[in-house]
Amino acid sequence: MRKVIHKLWWAWDFDKEEAWLNKLAAQGLALVSVGFCRYEFEDCTPGEYTFRLQLLENTVPHPESQKYLAFLEETGVEHIGSWLRWVYLRKKTADGGFELFSDNESRIRHLSLVISLLLLLGIANLICGINNVMLFFINRISFSLIGIVNLVIGISCCIGVRRLIVKRRKLKNEQQLFE
Amino acid sequence: MGSPALTEAVYYILLSLTAPLHGYGIMQNVEALSGGRVKLAAGTLYGAISTLLERGWIEALPGGDSRDSRKKEYRITQAGRAVLAAELTRLEELLNNGKRILEG
Repeated sequence: MRKVIHKLWWAWDFDKEEAWLNKLAAQGLALVSVGFCRYEFEDCTPGEYTFRLQLLENTVPHPESQKYLAFLEETGVEHIGSWLRWVYLRKKTADGGFELFSDNESRIRHLSLVISLLLLLGIANLICGINNVMLFFINRISFSLIGIVNLVIGISCCIGVRRLIVKRRKLKNEQQLFE
Repeated sequence: MGSPALTEAVYYILLSLTAPLHGYGIMQNVEALSGGRVKLAAGTLYGAISTLLERGWIEALPGGDSRDSRKKEYRITQAGRAVLAAELTRLEELLNNGKRILEG
C-alpha cells in the first residue's frame, strides 16, 4: 500500500532526515519517491533497506552524476529519487551495512559541499531580503512579505550552516589523530 | 622528508589492483585482505578511484563503454607500484621502530 507523508526538512538536517527515513524503513515503510516536502512510501519487510542521502556536486542528469550513480548501482545501491542535487539512495540491509563514506576526509568533503551551497543560498536570501525591506521603508508602497520571507530563509540558512560547521570542526579535530 | 603516508583506503586499493578489478570487486577484496576490518564505502571508493586515475597510479582497462562506469575494471600502473614500494619502506620503518622501542 502506498502512503504519502508531507514534511519539511531543512538541508542542514539531512542526517536527521536520513535517520527519519531509516526509522520508517525499520517499521516497514520504504521510501519510493521524493518531491518538494513530499515523501511517498511503500510497504516493505521491516528493516529490509537502509537509506542514505547525498548532495551531488553536479545536477542529477549531469554525466558525472550519472557515472557516479551507475558506480553505486554496481555495489548494490539503488537510486530512489532526487530533489534538486540531493539523491536518495537505498541498499538492502542484508547485503551488508550501507555507508556512503568510510573515512573522515570524504565526510568532510561532503559536508563542505553542503555548507558552501547553503551559504550561497543564505547570503543571496539575506541580500534580497534586506533590499526588499529597505525598499519598503524608502518607498512606503506595499508591505514586503517577500522581503520578510527572504530574511527568514537567509537567517535560517546561516544558523544551519553554523551547525554544519561545528560538525565539520569535530571531524577535522578527529582527523588530526585518526584517518 | 620521504614520501607522505598513504591513507589506508588508498594503500589497500592499490594493493587490490595488482590484479584487474572493478569497483565492487575492490570493496570485497579490501574487506577480505583486512580480515573484515576495512570496509570501503562506495562514495569514498569512487572519490579515491577518481584521484588515483588523475595521478596516474591506476588506469582504467580498455574495453566496454567508456561513458559507463559499470563493470569498468582498473589496474595499478608502474607509477602506482613505485608509490606502494615507497609506502612499504615507510611502514617497515614505523613497525621496526615501534617493535624496537616497545619490545626492546
